[in-house]
Amino acid sequence: MSGHVSPISLYITIFMALMVLTVATVGAAFVDLGQFNFLVAMIIAGFKATLVIWYFMHVKYASKLTKLTVATGIFFLAILLGLFLVDYGSKAFTQMPPFLS
Amino acid sequence: MSNVAAHADDRGHAHAHHPALQHHFDTMAQQKEAAVVGMWVFLLTEILFFGGLFAAYMVYRIWYFDAFAEASRSLSLFWGGLNTAVLIGSSLTMAMAVRCAQTNKRTATVNWLILTMILGAVFLGVKVIEYADKFEHHHVPGYNFQWAAAHEAPAAGEHAVAASEGAAAAEGHRELSLTPAQLQLTTQIYFSLYFTMTGLHALHMIIGIGIMLVITRMAYQGKFDQEYYTPVEMAGLYWHFVDIVWIFLFPLLYLVERHV
Amino acid sequence: MLDQLKMPARNYLNNGHGLASWLLTKDHKRIAIMYLISISVMFFLGGLFAVGIRLELATPAGDFVQAGTYNKFFTAHGVIMVFFFLIPSIPAVLGNFLIPPMIGAKDLAFPRINLISLYIYWIGGVFTLYAMLSGGVDTGWTFYTPYSATGSNSNVVPVALGIFIAGFSSILTGLNFIVTIHRMRAPGMTWFRLPLFVWAHYATSLVQVLGTPVIAITIVMLAVERGLGFGIFDPSRGGDPVLFQHLFWFYSHPAVYIMILPALGVQSELISTFSRKTIFGYSFVAFSSVAIAVFGFIVWAHHMFVSGISTYAAMVFSFLSFSVAIPSALKVFNWAATLYKGAISFETPMLYAYGFMGLFTIGGLTGLFLATLGMDIHLHDTYFVVAHFHYIMVGGAIMGYLGGLHFWWPKITGRMYSEFFSRIAAILVFVGFNLTFFPQFVVGYLGMPRRYHSYPDEMQVLNVLSSAGASVLGLGYLLPAIYLVWSLKKGEVAGPNPWGASGLEWQTQSPPLTENFVEVPIVDREPYEYEHVAAKEKHLV
Repeated sequence: MSGHVSPISLYITIFMALMVLTVATVGAAFVDLGQFNFLVAMIIAGFKATLVIWYFMHVKYASKLTKLTVATGIFFLAILLGLFLVDYGSKAFTQMPPFLS
Repeated sequence: MSNVAAHADDRGHAHAHHPALQHHFDTMAQQKEAAVVGMWVFLLTEILFFGGLFAAYMVYRIWYFDAFAEASRSLSLFWGGLNTAVLIGSSLTMAMAVRCAQTNKRTATVNWLILTMILGAVFLGVKVIEYADKFEHHHVPGYNFQWAAAHEAPAAGEHAVAASEGAAAAEGHRELSLTPAQLQLTTQIYFSLYFTMTGLHALHMIIGIGIMLVITRMAYQGKFDQEYYTPVEMAGLYWHFVDIVWIFLFPLLYLVERHV
Repeated sequence: MLDQLKMPARNYLNNGHGLASWLLTKDHKRIAIMYLISISVMFFLGGLFAVGIRLELATPAGDFVQAGTYNKFFTAHGVIMVFFFLIPSIPAVLGNFLIPPMIGAKDLAFPRINLISLYIYWIGGVFTLYAMLSGGVDTGWTFYTPYSATGSNSNVVPVALGIFIAGFSSILTGLNFIVTIHRMRAPGMTWFRLPLFVWAHYATSLVQVLGTPVIAITIVMLAVERGLGFGIFDPSRGGDPVLFQHLFWFYSHPAVYIMILPALGVQSELISTFSRKTIFGYSFVAFSSVAIAVFGFIVWAHHMFVSGISTYAAMVFSFLSFSVAIPSALKVFNWAATLYKGAISFETPMLYAYGFMGLFTIGGLTGLFLATLGMDIHLHDTYFVVAHFHYIMVGGAIMGYLGGLHFWWPKITGRMYSEFFSRIAAILVFVGFNLTFFPQFVVGYLGMPRRYHSYPDEMQVLNVLSSAGASVLGLGYLLPAIYLVWSLKKGEVAGPNPWGASGLEWQTQSPPLTENFVEVPIVDREPYEYEHVAAKEKHLV
């Protein structure tokens, strides 16, 4: 019951991928993509986080319950940020922040 | 792996219990699974803990984007990038430590753990350098916060050196939607969030290093084997989580708008 | 027959003597007892401040205390009752004690963490009480910015940090329950054989684990703003005070469900036991608990309709708020259906259960008034709101807590309390409660704002009614403190199952062994098999 033992080569690969993605996110920040700069940065960060969760944190080999727990965390974070945007996003149609107007 | 557990069950009490098995669990597998789920539930709370900060960040970034871009450019990409690399490296060493514990390599486990702690300390050291820089530039929010001073008061002499990197980016490359007075306040919000986020992240790292000190000692005393290495794995999960937080903090704080 | 019953020779209470055997215990039952004592102290302390409030409001003029002191009174009342009584009340006492025996486990998954959570609660409590006594805090339990960030001269940060600390106690309890319910169930105890009490606690734990960290980070932001001069919420420094309210209510609305969900679980147990019937629509009641927990996270901004959130967001949140009514009403209907044609009896726990059903329904329905945009503009920050949430928190959560405490008291202590006095207390609580809070609906609708220490003369009659009711209610709360303590020594020995209930926790002796069961039970029955029990009793006769 020693759990899944991943090969060292996998860890090295993931590490290299994370490093490459770090360089990529810095590089992408210097290109003017307009609104999409933020999106690209978040997609890369999300991809990096997924790699860490999936391989370094062994979620790939973990029980369904553990996978469900991870998904719950992401889901409720999405609720938090999403419903904040419902207010602040729709506020922008009607009014500017009190401080600027 | 489940084979082993089944065997232990078959033989019932004739099979000696592992010394680390607590009385209210039936098998080591049950105990380990409980610990893994428990740790993930704890990380769930951590996600929402940082989530509150991310929500605040999101709101102010939408409102004061120009200020965030300005303030973000005053951060050193070199130190930030270096720290990202250091932390990802420490995640690798941590994963290796867990792997060595899984395969019952005592000395290697201890060494990888020590290396992880060293990398963690390097990260914190870099953070100290960055924080010191903020203090010099009056970029620490509060009553001494001065955004304009760093750029517009070279006459004071002592600030001239300090005004190197950020000033170059700030000096009128493009028109800002904010007046200097507004910029003074809104960049302070950026730095308030910067310090709260990185400060809490650093606090988590300090706690992580503290946990690892204990774990390393336990590993050195030979308390772990391939059946029982849960504390190493738990410390690993925590450390990787702290790494993930930084993976998001880095683009959010350092890379708001670098292409101008 | 009862005379023949003897207290079990070996139980968790006499397994080890002396202070150390309690303070260092890892037994979930002993930890629950220590929680029980701690939250009772907090309850009476919080009640003391309520006495102060009602005394002041007995007359229209502000004559008993000054306005500033009054502010500190209602803040202390709110903070103590919400964070140090209601949040831990049912989960940390009844849940802690009963979840392991209910699912056939020896203990919670992490006994040491359970003990740590108690110590964290104590540290947070002492911290908060000290800050309250050494000057108090006057922001209200909601700590709204910018007043709390820059205006108030009182101990905002120490009290907030006390709440921050106590929050971790709540998180650890929730974490422990989730893992325990997932991983420690006895053989045969499937998810759909779990008592609804356990389902309710599972849902509660989700809220504790997911919501509490957000208030923690909010307190951290408030503390750095107030203590270090950071600019986050203060509008004069470019911040947004509404952001604080968003973050605060992201926790504090679900926190209401931390208080009420366990009470709903208790209620299901009581209704089923005392009407001798299987609960109607088991799986619907079970899933409605989880639904309430999840919906609870998407409705928070209905506290902020007049705080300057966008009109569109207000509409969305108003609509979502109504959705919580569906699972809540489903529960009430299912209880009513359970009662239908049941062999109903009127023991004390059942009296509380009846009270709960009525009061919870009133509290829930007035919540719909407040979730309606137009109504809320009129009713916001009036005594209508105060009455509404007291119907949920006192009429709901505390009635549920008292009902549960009376129901499981024989299991916890092995002895029965005086049925006569306990029925009187239950009736006093119900009457006193309605007398206290129903007039507040009226006075609130007439426009009396909350949190003021004086009011117009025309409103005196209703306020005097309210204060009179509060004294009846106080008496109703004091009585159990007396006869329950009395029963510890003098009460009749209860035996393992005085109510003839079907749950697994009643299969073991009262008080239980430290390990709960002599050997790990194997569950082969569905929950609430009262028809089965009744048939067996008939057969015996």
